Amino acid sequence: MRNRRRIVAALSVLAALHLAILLAGFVAPYDPASQNRDFPFAPPTRIHFVNSHGHVHLLQPFIYEWRVRPDSFNEYEEDRDREYPVRFFRQGPEYKLAGLLRSHIHLFEVEGSAHIFLAGTDAYGRDQFSRILYGGQVSLAAGLLATGISLFFGLIVGCVSGFYGRWIDESAMRLVELFLVLPWLYFLLAVRSFLPLHISPTQTFFLLVAVIGTIGWARPARLIRGVVLSAKTRKYVIASRGFGASDSYILRRHVLPQTYGILLTQSALLVPQYVIAEVTLSFLGLGLSEPAPSWGNLLSNLQQYNVLVSYWWMFAPALALVIVSLGYLQLANAVHELQSG
Amino acid sequence: MYRWGSVATLVLACGSAGFASPAAQPPQRGEDIQITDNQIGRYGGTLVVAQRSEPKTLNPVTAADAPSREVIGRLTADLIHINRASQQTEPALAKSWSVSKDGQVFTVKLRHGLHFSDGQPFDADDVVFSFQVYLDEKVHSPQRDLLVVGGKPIEVQKIDQYTVRFTLAQPYAAAERIFDGLAMMPRHLLEKPYKEGQFAQAWTLTTPPAQIAGMGPFRVKEYVPGQKIVLERNPYYWKADQSKHRLPYLDELVFLFVGNEDAQVIRFQAGETDIISRLSAENYALLSKDAASRGTEFFDLGPSLEYDFLVFNLNDLKKDTDNIAGKQAWFQDLKFRQAVSSAIDRESIVKLVYAGHGAALWGNVSPSNKLWVDQTLPHPPRSLDRARELLKSAGFSWRADGALLDHQGKAVEFSIITSTSNAQRTKMATLIQDDLSKLGMNVHVVPLEFRAVLDRVFQTYDYEAAIMALGGGDADPNPEMNVWLSSGGTHLWHLGESKPATEWEAQIDQFMQKQMVQLKYKERKHLYDQVQETVAANVPFVFLATPDILVGAKKSVGNFQPAILDPNTLWNVEQLYLLPGNGASAGAKP
Repeated sequence: MRNRRRIVAALSVLAALHLAILLAGFVAPYDPASQNRDFPFAPPTRIHFVNSHGHVHLLQPFIYEWRVRPDSFNEYEEDRDREYPVRFFRQGPEYKLAGLLRSHIHLFEVEGSAHIFLAGTDAYGRDQFSRILYGGQVSLAAGLLATGISLFFGLIVGCVSGFYGRWIDESAMRLVELFLVLPWLYFLLAVRSFLPLHISPTQTFFLLVAVIGTIGWARPARLIRGVVLSAKTRKYVIASRGFGASDSYILRRHVLPQTYGILLTQSALLVPQYVIAEVTLSFLGLGLSEPAPSWGNLLSNLQQYNVLVSYWWMFAPALALVIVSLGYLQLANAVHELQSG
Repeated sequence: MYRWGSVATLVLACGSAGFASPAAQPPQRGEDIQITDNQIGRYGGTLVVAQRSEPKTLNPVTAADAPSREVIGRLTADLIHINRASQQTEPALAKSWSVSKDGQVFTVKLRHGLHFSDGQPFDADDVVFSFQVYLDEKVHSPQRDLLVVGGKPIEVQKIDQYTVRFTLAQPYAAAERIFDGLAMMPRHLLEKPYKEGQFAQAWTLTTPPAQIAGMGPFRVKEYVPGQKIVLERNPYYWKADQSKHRLPYLDELVFLFVGNEDAQVIRFQAGETDIISRLSAENYALLSKDAASRGTEFFDLGPSLEYDFLVFNLNDLKKDTDNIAGKQAWFQDLKFRQAVSSAIDRESIVKLVYAGHGAALWGNVSPSNKLWVDQTLPHPPRSLDRARELLKSAGFSWRADGALLDHQGKAVEFSIITSTSNAQRTKMATLIQDDLSKLGMNVHVVPLEFRAVLDRVFQTYDYEAAIMALGGGDADPNPEMNVWLSSGGTHLWHLGESKPATEWEAQIDQFMQKQMVQLKYKERKHLYDQVQETVAANVPFVFLATPDILVGAKKSVGNFQPAILDPNTLWNVEQLYLLPGNGASAGAKP
């Protein structure tokens, strides 16, 4: 019962986050690449419910625009002269919803010329909140796709080598060991240095995903092989073989269903791992190039000492990363416990 | 106040920590000591500064990297020196010099009775030997080019023990400035390796300190690989303060090797170093916030002499693997370059990249170089409309989605390479990317490792555009010769031209060559103005901005007088001294 509640909790947090990221264009108020050069490193905008005259606006919150303090470059104060109400479902810059539908409607906006920065801005005055959402698309998609690739290859190799055994098993498992000892970070560095000078962000993205995914199949393959080995010696499998069932029938009907549990826990473990792999690559400058955001290159801003100590809101992408990782790990744990009874 | 006796006890007192630094020798009779006009300091103490990387060598002739030159500059001295504060030449090891009427013969009188840091005497033989080495083609000194005037190397002749004559093949403007930074080397130590053809291998970091001697304020004491190099007082240094106390005041000068600027900032905040140079604007803002409570002070000295620029690859390609030639048709079009220049928001670069501590540039001469900057050079404000007009008149058009197309219908797309080690230039590239996207250009920013950038720009020409910086050595136009002469080694946009590729490059060649032999300032200025105007009109570089020189020091460092010229903080290291404790600020400060 406790497990079921944990699964529901983890699933709903993850679903909300994934939905917001999938619909980044709708939830984010601004384009992730648009620069507001008058607001470098602006702190998160404060949302007010009570105005200076003491009137309460519970349903109609408002903000004050940031104003740079005189004689300063990046210290801000609120410009209390004018209130800008926050409005919902308003027209804004055009975007493509989930990469398909053109739309202008944004979840929230402020009236007039003011800007709302829920998670502050970066060095170019770009809205961090929008960048985290759009960056999440890249990071999460990279994690999910790479997991798919890994599990696909892992499943095939694991099944074939576990089911047929003998020299196929021997050679496949030696290959797995080779991949397990591969220092993948250095391998990726080498791959990146062979690429041409500039490749578009989408190409880089797919390439990274492909490389991360193809390197990571070894461990799931091993686990699946173990499950298949034990499954094929079960009495009902031997019985069905006795009734003349073909290899493909046995694989499909009796062996594959045994691996689903492993696949589920593995995917819940691999997704956060691959999201972090993407973050690592982008952090090292091997990922997407400016101005496309990803959680990795958002976090790489923190490599600069002055950013690290001066602008706390630049840590916001790390928070998103922690939530995603914890969510998936929680899920993996719960699924695992459910299976083992 | 500080008698020699008390200095000796002071030295003995700190001697327990290790080997004592040698006490300064009292001035000798017959020794032509230079008297400095700084505030009188006190002896003793160790000054610690940080360097980005280890020096590669201690050999003054072959050193090419900044960390090496910074250390060597403290170990050696030159005949005529450019005072970093006044930017004018002043006598150094030369007591005086005279120029013949035609400007071709320099007669230099040396100071009498001076000694190298190992106690051996210094005279004209050492000067003749030093120039022999600098001029030797086999030694490959980066300074040799400066000493070749009118195609012929300068002739050096010993007249007597303390007089040397230099003969130039043709008049050379500001010729005395070329002596700056040319280290006078001890013949008694270096003649043997030179004769044996081993000069380039002499004076490495592992050479025993006793075999290295110079005329600078310090001499080598110890080198710890990967950590630091320790210099100690040269007890025979040839400068003294007004009360005849021989300089330098400091017992020791330590260079720590600290990887990057952020690490340097942390070390400085922790009080491990005394002076920090070339701060970025962000770190400057960060450090000045609590400067008072930490007992430190920070200075914005105004725009440097450096210029940041965007350069398009106009080279004759050796091999074209990435189809750069197809894009060069755009880059070669003057209107395209003008449009790019017009679309770039320089004010934003100064504001966002340099946090306001910098100046926008439209030419190669920084506004702080008052003597040479062309005040009439136009500063057109950013205009996307003008940029679009220029592109339209050059045959470009726009697709429905806003992408810029050339006359063949190909979308305009190129990459800008920058160095990963320089966050500022990558930031500039990102701003420019956004500016140019408003014109429909699809620009990629590609940060590469610094050496990879240099390799692509200077060797393989395998790039489309790059953001780089040049300048900063001296205020005079002559060090810029190699940039603007079409045959110059730093003629970045088109290297290795055997003859000027365009008419305006031929014009620049003429102006530069004329100004070099012109001795009158007014005429020279006029010629150099024309260089600046021709360059600005033809946009081989899209000039962007120049950063302010930002430095800081503990308040306990006396006589701290940072300057715009390199080395910004240690140029008067012999005059620096440490006040006791945190001490009230003393000494002239800018």
